[in-house]
Parts: sequence; structure tokens; C-alpha cells
Amino acid sequence: MTQKIAIQVDDLTVAYNYKPVLWDIDLVIPQGVLMAIVGPNGAGKSTLIKAILGIIDPIAGSVAIYGEPYKKQRKLVAYVPQKGSVDWDFPTTALDVVMMGTYGSLGWIKRPGQKQKKAALEALEKVDMLSFKSRQISQLSGGQQQRIFLARALVQNASIYFMDEPFQGVDASTEIAIINILKELRKAGKTVVVVHHDLQTVPEYFDWVTFLNVKKIATGPVKDIFNDDNLTKTYGINYKVAVNK
Amino acid sequence: MSNPQIEIQLIAALVAVSCAIPGVFLVLRKMALISDAISHSILPGIVLGFFITQDLNSPVLIILAAGTGIITVVLVERIQKTGLVKEDTAIGLVFPALFSIGVLLIAKNANDIHLDVDAVLLGELAFAPFDRFLLFGADLGPKAAWIMGVILLITLLLLYLFFKELKVSTFDVGLSSALGFSPAILHYGLMSVSSITVVGAFDAVGAILVVALMIAPAAAAYLLTADLKKMLWISVCFGVFAAISGYWLAHWLDASIAGSITTVLALVFLLVYFFAPNKGVLSVMYRQKQQRTEVSLLTFLLHLNNHQEEEERHINHLREHINWQQVKANTVVKLALDNNLISITNEVISLTQKGLSFTQAALEYIITNKDDKIEHLKDDFFLFRG
Ligand SMILES: Nc1ncnc2c1ncn2[C@@H]1O[C@H](COP(=O)(O)OP(=O)(O)OP(=O)(O)O)[C@@H](O)[C@H]1O
Ligand SMILES: [Mg+2]
Repeated sequence: MTQKIAIQVDDLTVAYNYKPVLWDIDLVIPQGVLMAIVGPNGAGKSTLIKAILGIIDPIAGSVAIYGEPYKKQRKLVAYVPQKGSVDWDFPTTALDVVMMGTYGSLGWIKRPGQKQKKAALEALEKVDMLSFKSRQISQLSGGQQQRIFLARALVQNASIYFMDEPFQGVDASTEIAIINILKELRKAGKTVVVVHHDLQTVPEYFDWVTFLNVKKIATGPVKDIFNDDNLTKTYGINYKVAVNK
Repeated sequence: MSNPQIEIQLIAALVAVSCAIPGVFLVLRKMALISDAISHSILPGIVLGFFITQDLNSPVLIILAAGTGIITVVLVERIQKTGLVKEDTAIGLVFPALFSIGVLLIAKNANDIHLDVDAVLLGELAFAPFDRFLLFGADLGPKAAWIMGVILLITLLLLYLFFKELKVSTFDVGLSSALGFSPAILHYGLMSVSSITVVGAFDAVGAILVVALMIAPAAAAYLLTADLKKMLWISVCFGVFAAISGYWLAHWLDASIAGSITTVLALVFLLVYFFAPNKGVLSVMYRQKQQRTEVSLLTFLLHLNNHQEEEERHINHLREHINWQQVKANTVVKLALDNNLISITNEVISLTQKGLSFTQAALEYIITNKDDKIEHLKDDFFLFRG
């Protein structure tokens, strides 16, 4: 394939205390894929995303976004953190949280104005949350909070989207709404990376997949590598029954 | 009011505003304790600064002492990062150590300095006007007012410039760093401002009042609003209110001004805690009681709606049929009557036209969760506020 490379990770090793939670990860993610990262709890999925985004410093290795370090490409990247990583009791409204997505393009000191507000309202509309715009965020349900975060990422108008478990605790209709938006993003040529736990839906939702468990097990097109062998290597249990029914 | 009286209130108000602003962010970052730690651990910095400058109000001393404040924060974080102890334990380890170094320094050099621990902890606002700011022989007012004025201006400027950065890094550290707003820079910026404020204010009002002025207004404001900007405004108002009214309370009681202001702060917080419109204790209790009554009323109306047979709707049978105690049944029937939802003929209850449409709208809302039909009822009905 002559596809452009969106994200390239080389020899990435990350440790919190002593033992690395990610070992020597090499990863190439082509532009325009909708990719799932799968792996058991504690496999280092969130850590991988955080390391790519420079939220934590790796002890070795490098990350390139379109050939440049992340620091230079910040504006091309949007990120939806795993739930529970923010202070839900913070005094702010849904609209305000979505507006935060525009802060990156503003840079330091400059304040958001009408243009940013309009973009935020449009994003809220897209995730069907417009009627909740003035709601304090702690008074939203888990699925609604997830939609707000998706809207916040959309408003960043990025080329690459990272989402850490966007389907965690959301109902079927929200899940479908979210995946449809993600598929739309892919259609628009964006690259979307999603930490995903529901193995059943991987073939239906994604076209690219990375198996991760401290080390990278495999990465590539779903139709080529999403098989029992890789699942077993990743999860350590035989997945035949679970996936192939 | 005499001149010193006005000056004292001015200083108190300036301190209150300067403290309230960083206080809001400390409270939101769940770092209230750190202000307490800073206010104590700056003591060695103050003493050392005093050795060097021989002037309690020198800017050099303020910078030195604020440096000790930052050292406190760094030490706490280092100890916490080892993963061996929690943050509160780390704070509890660091600041007594630094504070006692300060105490020892004072004790060893007691002859040379007119500085004592009480003065640092409690301060004496009443004396603040005696220390004048003289420039070429002209009296420009109390030094403390100038110091706090400058600190406040800096704080306001920084708040104006970095409001959005502070907001996003307080709310979501991950997003903040992903967007390129280094949480570490913002964190240490906030800590520096807090330290400088504490140092600038301690001489006038004492360390304890500084902590109270940082935390109490913000904690009270937090209960009153879900908007960060409003929270800042409310905190500032509470702070100034406590400063001025605390001054007059002290005047009237002939007591310590700092003590009186702290007392007012505590009272303000208690009042808000009980009477805040949404999150206050009484409001929550009232809402729950209302909701219980409303649920009973709805159950009652639905019962009437479901049963055409007179026997089920007989006033004396309600108790058995809906399983209520008599008192509750009476309240609910009265409530329904007062609102023209039911009528009673020959001791048999029927829904009125209004009652019928109300019941059906409510039923539809409960089943479909669509609230267009009950929109106009939201103001009266807690259950429908969604
Ligand atoms: N802040 C931290 N300090 C120390 N260890 C951490 C920290 N965060 C994560 N870890 C450890 O690193 C490993 C990887 O964590 P990570 O959050 O990346 O897992 P994950 O694959 O996202 O798991 P999950 O599916 O449960 O979200 C885990 O063993 C976890 O215990
Ligand atoms: Mg995770």
C-alpha cells in the first residue's frame, strides 16, 4: 500500500514505577483507518495513548505524527480520555466542556469567542446533546458524558482522533450513534484510534486492529489478523468460542 | 470612621480578594491543605529573609519566603511520588519540619529580631496602619495596602491572561497537556501566586486568616454555583464581606480582627451549607420531601385513572387500596383537591378534567421520557424537572 503514515511508534518503552508496562512497541498506523486497540485490563492501552500524546514520558523510544514529534503536531490530534480521568464535580457546563476542545487552536492567552462557541454548538448538535448544553456536567449520565467528550474531540477538528473506551457504559443506541460518527470521520480521511473492549463488534466497527498486552502482539487489517491465534496470544485464553460462536 | 479604620478595612479587603482567587483553584484541585502547609512552612524563609533585609516588608523577603512555599510544594510532591505515603501524609511531614526550623531560628536569635511565632500565625491587623510607605518624605499610606495591592494586581493580571488554561488544567489534566498547556507550569504558577499571597498577607493578617480567606469563600461559593466565573465572583464577594463585617464585629466586641473575620467566614460557610438553593442541606431535604409527596400524589391519581369501579374510589377505602397511612392519605387528597385535580361526590373520588389530562401527560412522560407535554409543569413539580 502507498498509504500515508499517520502515526509511527518506534521502540516505545514506558514504566510508571519499575517494571515497564509497555515493552518495545513498534507501531505504524496508516492514515484513514478506524483502528481498535484491544487487550486485557492493565495491558497498557491507555498508557500507549498517553505516551503517544506526550502526557507521560517514555523511558525509551519515539513517536512521530506525520513524521514530526507530537509537540509540533498538537493541532492535528484530538483525544477523548478514559472516563473517570476528569473531575466531574467541576463547576462547568456541557457547552463549556466542548468549548475546551477549541483551546488548543487558540494557544496560550487568547480567549474563545463567538466562532468557538458556534463550533461547539454544532458539535453538540452532532452528538445529539444540544438540549443539555447548559447542564452542569456532573448531572449528566455516563453515556451523555461520553457524548460530550466526543463533541469536544470533534470540535478540535483534528486529523487524528484518539478515544479511550468511548463505549464504556453506554447503551446500544449511543454506541451506534458514536460509531457512526467515527465512521464518518474515517470517510473524511481522518485517522481514528479507539481502545475497545467488546471483541464481538471489532470486525463490524473497525477496519484495522492492534493487539496489545505489554508487548505488541500484532497490528494490521482486521480481515487479515483478527483471528483466534492473535486473540489467544493477547488474552491467554482460547477465544474460539467467544468470537466465532 | 477614622483614617486608620478605613485603612484597616482596605487592607483586609485587599487580602480577602487576593486570597479568594487562588483559593478557588486550590479548592477545585482538592489542594486546600497545601495552603495551610505553605502558610506555616514559609516561616524559615521569612526569618532568613529578615536576617538579610532587616525589614519584614521588603520585597526580597517576600520572594525568599515564597521560595520556601514552592520548596514545600516540591517536597510534598517528591515524597508523594515515592508512592510510600499519601499526599496528606506528605504534607503533614513537610510543613511541621520547615515550620519548626523557623521556630528554632527565631528562638536562637530572639535578641536580634522583634519577630515571634504568634505574630506570624495570628498577625495583628490593628497595627498594620502604623507601618507607612514613605517616598521622599511623603506618606503614601500603609505599606501593607501597597504590598497587597501589588500582589492583587499581579494575581488579577495572571487570572485574566490564563483563565482558560487554569480552567482546563484543573478540570482535565490529560486534555490540558495534550493541548499543549503544560499542567506543571500552571500548577507551579498557581503555587507561586498562592505562596506570594500568603507571604504578603501574613504580616498583616497572620497565617491562619490567610488560609481561612483562601478556603472558606471558595468552599461556600462552590455550593452556590456551577459556573467557574461566578464561583470566582462569589468567593471574592464573600471574602470582602467577611473582611469588612469581621472588622466591625471585632470593633464591637473589642476582639482580635483576624479572629473575628475568621468567625464570620465560618458563619458564612455554615449558612451557605444549610441554605444554598440547590446543594444546601435544607434544600436537599425539602426537595426529597416534596418528591415523596409528589410520588404519592401521582400514585393516587394513577389509581383513580385505572379504576372505574366506585368501590375502589371510595374515600374510606383508599387506605386499603393504596396501602397508605391515614395521615398521608389525607395530605394527598387535600393536595389533589386544592389543585382541582379531583372532585368528591358522595364520598367517591373522581378525576376532574384537569386531573385526567394531568395524569395522562404524566403517564406519557414516565413511559416515553419525552417532556414536551409536561414542560409547563416543571416549575411546580420537582419530579418533572428531569
Ligand atoms: N499512574 C500510574 N502509576 C503506576 N502504575 C500505573 C499508572 N497507570 C497505570 N498503571 C499500570 O500500568 C499498567 C497499564 O495501565 P493502563 O491504564 O495503560 O491499562 P489499560 O490497558 O488501559 O487497562 P484498562 O483496560 O483497564 O483501561 C497497569 O498495570 C496499571 O496498573
Ligand atoms: Mg485504560
